[in-house]
Amino acid sequence: MKKIWKWGYLGLVLLFIYLPILVLAVYSFTDSTNIGAIRSFSLHNYVTLFTTGELRDMIVGTLLLAIGAAAAATVLGTLGAIGAFYSKEKVSRAISTMNQVPVVNADVVTGFSLCILLVVVMRISKDTFIPLVVGHITLCAPFVYLAVLPKIKQMDSSLYEAALDLGATPLKALMQVVIPQIVPGIVSGFALAVTLSLDDYFIATYTKPATFDTISTYVVNATKGSQTTIKTALWALSTVIFLVVIVVVMGMNLYQAKEAGKGTGLEKGEKK
Amino acid sequence: MSQTRLCEAKTSFVLIEKRMRTWDECPVNIAYEGSIMENTNIIELKHVTKSFSDGFTAVEDFNLEVRRGEFVTFLGPSGCGKTTTLRMIAGFELPTSGEILLNGKSITNLPPYERPINTVFQRYALFPHMNIYENIAFGLKQKKTPKDVIEHKVKKVLSLVDLEGFEERNVATLSGGQQQRIAIARALVNEPEILLLDEPLGALDLKMRKEMQIELKDMHDKLGITFIYVTHDQEEALTMSDKIVVMSEGHIQQIGTPEDIYNEPKNAFVADFIGESNIFSGIMTGKLKARFCGGEFVCVDDVAEGTHITAVVRPEDVELTKPEDGIIQGVVTSVIFKGIHYEIAVQSGRNEMMVQSVNAAKVGERVGMRLDPENIHIMIAEDHTNTFPVDINRDYRLEYNGKLLHASLTKLIKGGKRLEDGTLVDGNGEAIDLNRTRVLASIQPGDIEMTDNQEEGLIQGNISNLIYQGDHYLYVIHTELEQDFVVYDEDLWNMEDRVGLIMPVEKMTFSLKK
Amino acid sequence: MHFKFTRKSLCIPYAVYLVLFVVAPLLVLIYYAFTNGSGQFTLANFTGFFTDPNALGTLFYSFAVAVVTTMVCLLLAYPIACILAFSRLKAKSAVVMLFVLPMWINFSLRITALKEILNVLEGNLAMYPFFNAVIGMTYDFLPFMILPIYTTVSRLDGALREAAMDLGANEVQTFLRVTLPLSVPGIMSGISMVFLPAMTNYVVLDMLYNSTYIMGSLIGSYFAAYNWNGGSMIALILLGIICLFTLLTDGGEEKTSRGGALL
Repeated sequence: MKKIWKWGYLGLVLLFIYLPILVLAVYSFTDSTNIGAIRSFSLHNYVTLFTTGELRDMIVGTLLLAIGAAAAATVLGTLGAIGAFYSKEKVSRAISTMNQVPVVNADVVTGFSLCILLVVVMRISKDTFIPLVVGHITLCAPFVYLAVLPKIKQMDSSLYEAALDLGATPLKALMQVVIPQIVPGIVSGFALAVTLSLDDYFIATYTKPATFDTISTYVVNATKGSQTTIKTALWALSTVIFLVVIVVVMGMNLYQAKEAGKGTGLEKGEKK
Repeated sequence: MSQTRLCEAKTSFVLIEKRMRTWDECPVNIAYEGSIMENTNIIELKHVTKSFSDGFTAVEDFNLEVRRGEFVTFLGPSGCGKTTTLRMIAGFELPTSGEILLNGKSITNLPPYERPINTVFQRYALFPHMNIYENIAFGLKQKKTPKDVIEHKVKKVLSLVDLEGFEERNVATLSGGQQQRIAIARALVNEPEILLLDEPLGALDLKMRKEMQIELKDMHDKLGITFIYVTHDQEEALTMSDKIVVMSEGHIQQIGTPEDIYNEPKNAFVADFIGESNIFSGIMTGKLKARFCGGEFVCVDDVAEGTHITAVVRPEDVELTKPEDGIIQGVVTSVIFKGIHYEIAVQSGRNEMMVQSVNAAKVGERVGMRLDPENIHIMIAEDHTNTFPVDINRDYRLEYNGKLLHASLTKLIKGGKRLEDGTLVDGNGEAIDLNRTRVLASIQPGDIEMTDNQEEGLIQGNISNLIYQGDHYLYVIHTELEQDFVVYDEDLWNMEDRVGLIMPVEKMTFSLKK
Repeated sequence: MHFKFTRKSLCIPYAVYLVLFVVAPLLVLIYYAFTNGSGQFTLANFTGFFTDPNALGTLFYSFAVAVVTTMVCLLLAYPIACILAFSRLKAKSAVVMLFVLPMWINFSLRITALKEILNVLEGNLAMYPFFNAVIGMTYDFLPFMILPIYTTVSRLDGALREAAMDLGANEVQTFLRVTLPLSVPGIMSGISMVFLPAMTNYVVLDMLYNSTYIMGSLIGSYFAAYNWNGGSMIALILLGIICLFTLLTDGGEEKTSRGGALL
């Protein structure tokens, strides 16, 4: 009896979380323009989504921005974490403190302050995309730093020394020994950076060129407008993203399970 | 085979330049080379000091010469500076001052990757993302050795460590002992002039450790490479080394062969650290005569009369006799069977003597003890500090000769505190067992005052020696508790005078011994 | 001079980046907040904010929204985290994943979906602005409350609860005296991950009902009016609130778990 209550409660919250997305998904396959009205099956939302230039540019632009900013943030954050870990305590503490600022700060403030500095003070045009890219790197790099740092701390410090001892120069020791050891941290940092960039609204609003939109800024503006074709096409976009996320998450879990299985398999082999 | 030789010849300029030996090609030559070069120093450390930025000095004025092909061990407790010294030889730390010479040339500021020296790390430090082959080949690849030469050398070194066919294996699938061998192989394949081993057997279980000790020793004999080995395990050091460097608190305490170190420890620290020992402070009472542990013994060390000494007696050198035949007598307080021998504790007056004997004894039995003069190691005490055991009473107060000393035991113990029920706990919260804890008090000879009014003194005794030392007399007072105190006094007292000793508590320092 | 590569020097680019794009913007922000349009020092922006009933009302409103949202999230999330952490279900991690999965879907799309549902249920969104604000934010931030609490509770040593029961505590007492106190770190980090965004994330409100009654949106309105000085002052005040809150919850380090939460 108690169990039913528990799982019933979980089910209810899950319903709250998923009902809107699922309802939207169902309606995205109809030609209705409002939830509630029952109309016939149609794929026109998907046709609109993939054929409207404006929508396509917005999606591709968001993805490119996310991957580009995440890549730059990953390089900066990783190098920063490695450097800070091996620096004197004062230096590493200073870097960690500065790193913490964008993490704790509200994105509105981060975005606005960058806009003031770059656009108002330095007079860099938003159309150059520089403020937007800098903004997203500032948003992402601290999280990469935080993902990589524990991996360096966990690493056996004598591995680097062993590489030097065997004749590798510091640069080679770094590339051949240290970096491979912290790859898991770098990968998860990159993934996190992509997610953050994709989800961002505030920094983009304050730094993006007027003619460019990310998914977030586009959707926010679209909901205020009354263009129903675009509105329902976004239902299709929401459904597509939902499916992509499910596939990616399942794929990642399967991969992790497979990796774990591989490990135990080897151990078994060893025992023989 | 000939093709391999050709390839090696092509790349050999690097090897020749670094004067590396190709041991895997011609082991016979090495033994030969080793024998002619026996008297040359491969590495010299001159006045090496290492201080860290926090002000801690790990190593101070370290001087050492190591001969080619020697097996040298740095031995000492943790924090004695042995690993720091090794790391300076490897190049991971740069000395604050001093010089390190390799074959007569300074390598003091050379980075580790330019030194023909390789290290076996404490926890092996095998690269987890590489297989065994890639791990071993790492060093050779840095030198741009041709692939076929690498393959050949890896194969050869794997057979040296008895792990043929392990090339494709993953590091994580290896046992500790196997990882250890791979770590050795990875270092040896580079044909270093010196192999540094930083407590390499510390992570292995006892049986594995014993096996590896023998194997390492064999490897050293076979290869003729100079080994510098760091350990805190005295038995390991005694078993394997040609030369042992005993270290404590950043200083060399003694350098010598295992036999020297064991039989002729230079000071109380070495004696205490190497093997089990009974250590007594005493005094020279005549030519080749020393008094300690409540008896007067004949010894072989010619030390001037009146000199404060430390006497070291190994438990296996104490001969148990009938009470009347012994130089000193005592009562057996514990007997533990250790397989080959019995470990017997004998209380003699206020001193305890540990004895190893093949014959059992009974607890409570009265026995005599004798020592062969050869087996008493007399060391001149560095100073005349009087050190004596004090008692702890039920209230955890310190007492001496039945008189209360106003000193807090709680403060002696790191992080110690008194619980509400009165028991004393240390920093880890463990209760202090009074039966296992001894407190030693020390006081300088100049801080003791002699008085005719005997009751005024903390303890009473007779003047048994006096030596004029230029501006003052050095007196030895033999007390009722069978201890000798050294006291400096400007006035002349008579021999055999009975005096009281005034010893202010604030001049005493206390130390805890478990 | 010949540059010698060391590991330490790797942090130089990132350190320079942080100084240029994290520290410098904050300094500029402070400068703008205390100057007027012609660059003269003034406290007018500061006093202006605290004498403007509209601005103070917004501050109070944002605070109320954030507090209620945080409470609702906590009340919803705590039982979920505990049920999940204590269950012996084999597919537990899959269920946890179900709760976390929405984080990867763009928030604007999720809020759009919610808006459609609320539209059907309420008819006119403008009728319940506060309620909608809380619902929308809860919908957006709930996973950020569930995850840290779940992580903390599932790491609790099961033996502790067993020990409590062994010593005679009943289930309720065990919960109150053992589980709850030990899950406080998770709760604190959950609160810091929900409260601050709830105070500043005005888009959620903006989308559900074209409201500007929240701190973040004040910046937006100054931004739209090119009033950099006034906007800077609002941003600075927000920053002050954030600093204060971070110090109070000691969340500086906890918040970093947002990274862990997202992955």
